[in-house]
Amino acid sequence: MAKRDIIVVKGLHKYFGAIEALRGVDLTVAAGKVVVIVGPSGSGKSTLLRCINHLEVETQGEVWVDGQKLGHDPKQINEIRTEIGMVFQLFNLFPHLTALENITLAQRVVRNRSKEEAIDMGLKQLKRVGILEKADVHPDQLSGGQQQRVAIARALAMDPKIMLFDEPTSALDPEMIKEVLDVMLDLAQDGMTMLVVTHEMGFARAAADELIFMDEGLIVEQGSPLDIFNAPQEERTKLFLSQILQH
Amino acid sequence: MSDRGGPLQESASFGPIVSSRRDRLSLAVAQAPLWLIAIFLLAIWAGYFILTRQNFRQAFEFILIGLSATISTTLWSYSMALILGLIAGLGRISRNVIIKNLATLYVEIIRGIPILVLIFYIALVAVPSVVDSLQALGFWLISRDISFLGEPLSLLSNQAISMNTRAVIALSVTYGAFLAEIFRAGIQSIGRGQMEAARSLGMSYGEAMRYIILPQAIRNVLPALGNDFVAMVKDSSLVSVLAVRDITQVARLYAGRTFRFREAYTTLAVLYLTMTLVLSLIVRMIERRYERNG
Ligand SMILES: Nc1ncnc2c1ncn2[C@@H]1O[C@H](COP(=O)(O)OP(=O)(O)OP(=O)(O)O)[C@@H](O)[C@H]1O
Ligand SMILES: [Mg+2]
Repeated sequence: MAKRDIIVVKGLHKYFGAIEALRGVDLTVAAGKVVVIVGPSGSGKSTLLRCINHLEVETQGEVWVDGQKLGHDPKQINEIRTEIGMVFQLFNLFPHLTALENITLAQRVVRNRSKEEAIDMGLKQLKRVGILEKADVHPDQLSGGQQQRVAIARALAMDPKIMLFDEPTSALDPEMIKEVLDVMLDLAQDGMTMLVVTHEMGFARAAADELIFMDEGLIVEQGSPLDIFNAPQEERTKLFLSQILQH
Repeated sequence: MSDRGGPLQESASFGPIVSSRRDRLSLAVAQAPLWLIAIFLLAIWAGYFILTRQNFRQAFEFILIGLSATISTTLWSYSMALILGLIAGLGRISRNVIIKNLATLYVEIIRGIPILVLIFYIALVAVPSVVDSLQALGFWLISRDISFLGEPLSLLSNQAISMNTRAVIALSVTYGAFLAEIFRAGIQSIGRGQMEAARSLGMSYGEAMRYIILPQAIRNVLPALGNDFVAMVKDSSLVSVLAVRDITQVARLYAGRTFRFREAYTTLAVLYLTMTLVLSLIVRMIERRYERNG
């Protein structure tokens, strides 16, 4: 394994009862790369992301993150999760905390930072996502786009090496999608390793080093976004792209 | 849980009773909590009686002797029940099969036995058995030369554990099971995404519970916890069967001595009603505040 391969997935299978959500996925992501994953509903995109930070435990196969194989030791899992930021479709901000507290809590509890350090970092990240003025506001007083930006700031404040995004804009009103995508583009330009499940093909075109098409628990096609958009090899990819590019 | 709270627990809504013939005024009258006004009038009338009639006042002053026992029994029992309930509630949702089953066993046993029987059983059977076992363990430890642990245990004896203490233990164990169900429901009402977000930031299960899930869950179940506190005030009267001198026991003593049953039990009932009314109003206010703040 080359040192710069920060995520390595080998022969990953995941069952939910009788449902086989992943049917043998192999994937390697080099540090600093942006990988966009597309595919129809139920194809296993979320499951793949969630196996990478162990929110789901693989049934069979291996997941390596930053040179470490994920095992069953809770300590190791917690440490690896600290290196992986995750952004969810429904934001999952903590409603009982302000935007800033959402960002400082895990820094203090997990990273053992002092209050001052955590606040400094929190304000820095809020500024980066462009909502410094909302620091003391609770999530229910923020728009969807603002909530998602706080969620991104919360993940970034942990200094992760990898960021996972699971349909970060699909719960947003159309006019708010851009503000979130802009933050993500910025992050990509800064060299963050990103795994992004999204149907925003504009983002894929602008930021992705690699596009992956998944269907029925398998990676069907994989390559540069341009190649896949212009000349998809597989019938299923063609069909899927023609459907989503219509919109 | 719904039948254990105070008089204000069910909200008063007489809306559909109003027939179309009636005008707005009678609608307003019909929708007002008449029963609540009646209770207040009753309490005021009884209070007037108690203060002006010599016999009632005597009964009242005698019964007040028991008030501190009622209050301290309730407060101690409720505090310990909160701790027990939180532990058992967390146990009920544990992924550890043994912990989960133990917690469920506890809750189901308690819920299947009348509180009065539980109080007899815990105070007069369970506590003495545990004390005897601990004492035996103490002597055994001394025989093994572990006397720093053995000595204090061997000194335990059933006489040393007052009925007041046993009453508190009995009520705590009983209400711990009720509160466990409240905590469990509260925790389960928090969406799965909260736990996942906390875990994905690297928090352990315990940290996520403590900082993310429980603060939200407890806030959601505050009204239910309040209702059970009111219920505990009433159920604390059951400890009079252990001869704990709470207001119920003292009223019984007074009635038995003077044969003034009407004075003793009217005063007692009014006293409970006043306490539960006031507490229920406080619970209501807390509930309203949280509803408003979302
Ligand atoms: N917790 C779960 N329990 C049972 N089945 C699940 C669970 N999570 C996912 N699945 C199933 O696994 C399959 C893959 O789901 P997954 O969520 O990974 O798909 P997806 O590609 O993310 O779809 P979508 O675009 O709708 O988000 C689906 O058939 C889904 O029903
Ligand atoms: Mg999904």
